[in-house]
Amino acid sequence: MTNLGGNKMSRHKQIRIALNNCGVIDPENIREYIARDGYLALGKCLTEMKPDDIIREIKDSGLRGRGGGGFPAGLKWEIAAKNQADQKYVVCNADEGDPGAFMDRSILEGDPHAVIEAMAICGYSMGATKGLIYIRAEYPLAIKRLKIAIDQAREFGLLGKNIFKTDFEFDIELRYGAGAFVCGEETALIHSMEGLRGEPTIKPPYPAESGYLEKPTNVNNVETYANVPIILRKGANWFNKIGTEKSKGTKVFALAGKIKNVGLVEVPMGTTLREVIYEIGGGIENDKKFKAVQTGGPSGGCLTEKHLDTPIDFDNLVQAGSMMGSGGMIVMDEDNCMVSVAKFYLDFTVEESCGKCSPCRIGNKRLYELLDRITQGKGEMEDLKRLRNMSNVIKDTSLCGLGQTSPNPVLSTLDNFYDEYVAHVTDKKCPAGECKDLMTYFVIEENCVGCTACARVCPVGAITGEKKEVHYINPEICIKCGACEERCKFDAIIVK
Amino acid sequence: MTKIKTLADLERIKNEMRSDKDLNGSQDNSENAVKIKVGMGTSGIASGARDVMDFLIEALEKRNIEALVSQTGDMGYSYAEPTIEVRKPGQKPIVFGYVDVKKADLIIEKYIKLGEEVEGIIPVNYQTIDD
Ligand SMILES: Cc1cc2nc3c(=O)[nH]c(=O)nc-3n(C[C@H](O)[C@H](O)[C@H](O)COP(=O)(O)O)c2cc1C
Ligand code: SF4
Ligand code: SF4
Ligand code: SF4
Repeated sequence: MTNLGGNKMSRHKQIRIALNNCGVIDPENIREYIARDGYLALGKCLTEMKPDDIIREIKDSGLRGRGGGGFPAGLKWEIAAKNQADQKYVVCNADEGDPGAFMDRSILEGDPHAVIEAMAICGYSMGATKGLIYIRAEYPLAIKRLKIAIDQAREFGLLGKNIFKTDFEFDIELRYGAGAFVCGEETALIHSMEGLRGEPTIKPPYPAESGYLEKPTNVNNVETYANVPIILRKGANWFNKIGTEKSKGTKVFALAGKIKNVGLVEVPMGTTLREVIYEIGGGIENDKKFKAVQTGGPSGGCLTEKHLDTPIDFDNLVQAGSMMGSGGMIVMDEDNCMVSVAKFYLDFTVEESCGKCSPCRIGNKRLYELLDRITQGKGEMEDLKRLRNMSNVIKDTSLCGLGQTSPNPVLSTLDNFYDEYVAHVTDKKCPAGECKDLMTYFVIEENCVGCTACARVCPVGAITGEKKEVHYINPEICIKCGACEERCKFDAIIVK
Repeated sequence: MTKIKTLADLERIKNEMRSDKDLNGSQDNSENAVKIKVGMGTSGIASGARDVMDFLIEALEKRNIEALVSQTGDMGYSYAEPTIEVRKPGQKPIVFGYVDVKKADLIIEKYIKLGEEVEGIIPVNYQTIDD
């Protein structure tokens, strides 16, 4: 179970490491950051530690990348450190493209210096003097606060030349992304920063070998960096006691959807979905029934009741058919149709595919069309097989992580909610009542007093009936706009 | 010049900040001041945190209550924004949610002035790295 630093302080389910200063300090005042031991880790690293010691400490901490993949951060730094070059780069991935995710934005808005400090430490340990933060232009407040923070750090001599009276120099620039999801993929991100099209290229070579301007480049996510100064202050052995065997520390989630306490949470790895949803999240909104929880965004999947007691970590989520992703967590209740959920994510993927390779460009479009047909009641059982086969082909043959994971929402809903697909296909019904095309409006005879209000409001004249007599909705004409249901004062119109 | 050259320089700023002289550039004897932080991440601002902050600064001044009002990042409680944290001298900080201008007024009049309870308190639900 969850181990909180080996002591008995599990009073709370959350522990704030990456969010340590977020909502605590004034992010526009470097002195408040310093007052909370900010830049102490950088000072110690530069004056008391060798680059190798730092890398060892990060490796020992067990920190894995928080941007989705979960690659060990220390190992990545080590590879970048070993590759010799006249210039190297430290890049922070602040693209945060998952729909509904705002963890990275919150960290940058609330604690920008943590990321700056971590990037400087990374630079020292791998031998880089330049840092770049790739941030989407739609994050104006985060950009503003980062700029202020960088200026203050320069003013205080914490960026620039001879930091802490050493030979080490480091500075950071911002680079803006236009908000394309695929530009969060590290090779696409690097191309975008080079002024090229934001399209992924095949790895290897990995950025640590040949990245920005073909120089060794370390790319880490915002939250990954935010953990670094604290790990170095508190020690690897403090950090690696939190979490599970293979996933150390915490993870920040943006809890959203049909949940009472929508917001940011940071829990130790190993916390169960049930604890996050019910104890921290306060349970389902309006006390409806829990149906599923989506993690990993467009690359992830929908988990169900049976996964609620799964301890959250990188490996368990993959095994359950989803993934950690960057930290979006969307809770769904009985009113959510899982076919529509899959369709929503595929719509996103089709929009965001860069089009470079055909399995992703064409395959996802076909997946979307099949799902669309099913939600319209025009699907056949054969379509369910087609969905699965095509998903597997797309996963196996796409060039980058976007295509390789895009069918996950389809596969996980097929696995966990097969009956719901079948209901759409064979009964032409949407059990959750979300697919408009599969619903019919009708009048409950006992309740109808014949006031004619519905007939007058119907935009297509689908409702007939004499005054003071029961009315009738013609399903052939009805366009399911819902106006009549809203207008009827006698609860005589329902939709099913 | 504020250049930081040594670990001792960091320590110095830390101590200055602890005695709070420099917080918000104010020279108040802030030991006796009420300290208020307003959650001003994107979503806090979108739900009206800036109005609340402006109101607090103005109202506290008018009502002659010694206070330091500052902005901070997202406190994590998106469902209850705007959120503010109020720390009365010598007391534990308390986070209030759903704070509009009316509620902020109530917090000043009831909680800050009289120490009476005001609805919407969000209990601390996490531990920090120092716990
Ligand atoms: C389609 C796609 C989108 C991605 N978007 C992001 C993103 O928005 N932010 C991020 O940090 N990583 C994103 N990644 C992962 C990055 O490629 C990379 O693995 C990550 O930035 C490495 O940092 P980490 O090891 O600290 O997680 C994305 C990957 C793919 C395939
Ligand atoms: S998988 Fe999709 S996003 Fe990735 S390179 Fe191919 S077309 Fe582009
Ligand atoms: S509005 Fe309601 S009560 Fe009136 S005629 Fe229509 S269904 Fe009947
Ligand atoms: S749902 Fe709209 S179109 Fe259908 S009967 Fe009611 S008002 Fe007419």
